[in-house]
Amino acid sequence: MSQKIATRDAYGAALLELGRRREDVVVLDADLSGSTKTERFAAEFPSRFFNMGISEQDMIGTAAGLALAGKLPFASTFAIFETGRAWEQIRQSICYPKLNVRLVASHGGITVGEDGASHQSTEDITVMRVLPNMTVIVPADATETVAIINAIADYKGPVYVRLGRAKVPVIFEEDYRFKIGSAYVLSLGKDVNILATGIMVSEALRAAEILRDEKIDAGVINISTIKPLDGETVLKAAKTSRTIVTAEEHSIIGGLGSAVAEFLSEVFPVLVWRVGIKDRFGCSGTPEGLMKLYEITAEDIVVAAREAMSKKR
Amino acid sequence: MEIKTADIAKLKKTARMIRIDILKMLTIAGSGHTGGSLSATDIVTALYFAKMRHDPNNPEWQERDRFILSKGHAAPLLYAVLARSEYFGMDMLTTLRKIDSPLQGHPSKNTLPGIEASTGSLGQGLSIANGIALGLRLDGYNARVYVLLGDGETQEGQVWEAAMTSSHYKIDNLCAIIDNNGLQIDGRVKDVMGIDPLVDKWRAFGWHTIEIDGHDMEEILSAFDEAEEVKGKPTMIIAHTIKGKGVSFFEGKARYHGIAPTPEELATALLELEDKDLVV
Repeated sequence: MSQKIATRDAYGAALLELGRRREDVVVLDADLSGSTKTERFAAEFPSRFFNMGISEQDMIGTAAGLALAGKLPFASTFAIFETGRAWEQIRQSICYPKLNVRLVASHGGITVGEDGASHQSTEDITVMRVLPNMTVIVPADATETVAIINAIADYKGPVYVRLGRAKVPVIFEEDYRFKIGSAYVLSLGKDVNILATGIMVSEALRAAEILRDEKIDAGVINISTIKPLDGETVLKAAKTSRTIVTAEEHSIIGGLGSAVAEFLSEVFPVLVWRVGIKDRFGCSGTPEGLMKLYEITAEDIVVAAREAMSKKR
Repeated sequence: MEIKTADIAKLKKTARMIRIDILKMLTIAGSGHTGGSLSATDIVTALYFAKMRHDPNNPEWQERDRFILSKGHAAPLLYAVLARSEYFGMDMLTTLRKIDSPLQGHPSKNTLPGIEASTGSLGQGLSIANGIALGLRLDGYNARVYVLLGDGETQEGQVWEAAMTSSHYKIDNLCAIIDNNGLQIDGRVKDVMGIDPLVDKWRAFGWHTIEIDGHDMEEILSAFDEAEEVKGKPTMIIAHTIKGKGVSFFEGKARYHGIAPTPEELATALLELEDKDLVV
């Protein structure tokens, strides 16, 4: 895990490759193509790139229209503006008619950093997950991002992919296989299983090592597809350890932790401890500093796992 | 394209039949939007029965002209026009707003052939129309996209975002129409939130603008023809209309924006509309 690449950079490269392979791919951006990395596609395919200016609502509607005309639109901007500013447009113009639009947002989570709370998307997973027909995916690293962009190209229906700004460790090898709706078991623990998404997967791996030193057998499962949730794998993890810790760079309300708790409460109730951002806004700071302040580091996962173990019935 | 007098007469008759369909289906449904369906009837009738290239037997024909009803509450009008175009049977119209009916209160794509987009949340149709028009242009198709907006609808900010996009990308295979009936749910548009000067605004946003009487079939058709000749910019037709047009006691009344006729009102309205057989 020595190399670090931002998932948005992997997106820029994957999108360009996809554009070379498929003529139906069109890309939209809302004046942030340098940040979302769609600029690489724009430079090579100017006729298939539409800069919509600072108008996210119109971008979503235009993407819907392009999909109706048979194109495969990728629409990108910061996660907070894509899913928040234009939520109702996504609901009405894309999800309701079940259109093939790919909403690939960058700058998800608080690791956006210094720009502060207005630019830190900590509720996007919640508001996308609640929409019927929507698929919600968060890659753990650059390798998985490339696999996801290729996989969603052939998928039918709307997809939301959440990317990050900061450079994050590369976890997976080139031969990593991603399947929409399938969780990826890195290891299965007898004492506790950590279900993590996005950049929290590498934190979970580090947490599992710390726990192993304490003779706690902790497993790590990458839940990149948050919706539809891979119930089979979640259930298997719960049955194996009877204690679950979820980890996400997102509000604990409505995100991965909620999805897992909702699912398990109906089929196999066990303790579910949610590591994530409590019910509050972020602030400016370095990504590392913010992760500590908002208690979403490997150490916080370790604390949650210990507490969960102590209350295990 | 020269329209023969006989064709105009036929179109007027079709529009009248569609007004009757709208009133009947709304009365059976017991709820729905009467005023704005009747105000736009002549415009949409002209599109489907004289202007657009479309094929009810092949609704997904890629090179067809598209019509987006951005003011989705005028769904009864769209359903009646599609039924009379034989996209589906006339008997379907009696199921408007009923459970399990594909004729939802507002148009839903994928439930009925001929519906191009799910609409009903105002302000989103022009963006969708832009996207379709850009997609058609990329594929080199000669097809045109028509989108109908309400005047009150232009109070939505997204409309102006989309207006910028249409002219920025020189989308000339697009023709938008505003059903300028001057009324919205809460009253007169100018009292609720003024939108004038409408023509100046669209022109300032880089559009070719045409003002017409939205109930004059010749003017409607010649505006569509003019729009087709305009290159390098989108066209906006501002159609001055009367809310509730065709039924004297509905005309010009905001109250009939969102309510259906009673059976008694229907009976009186039908007498008025059927009488006009004599003058056509």
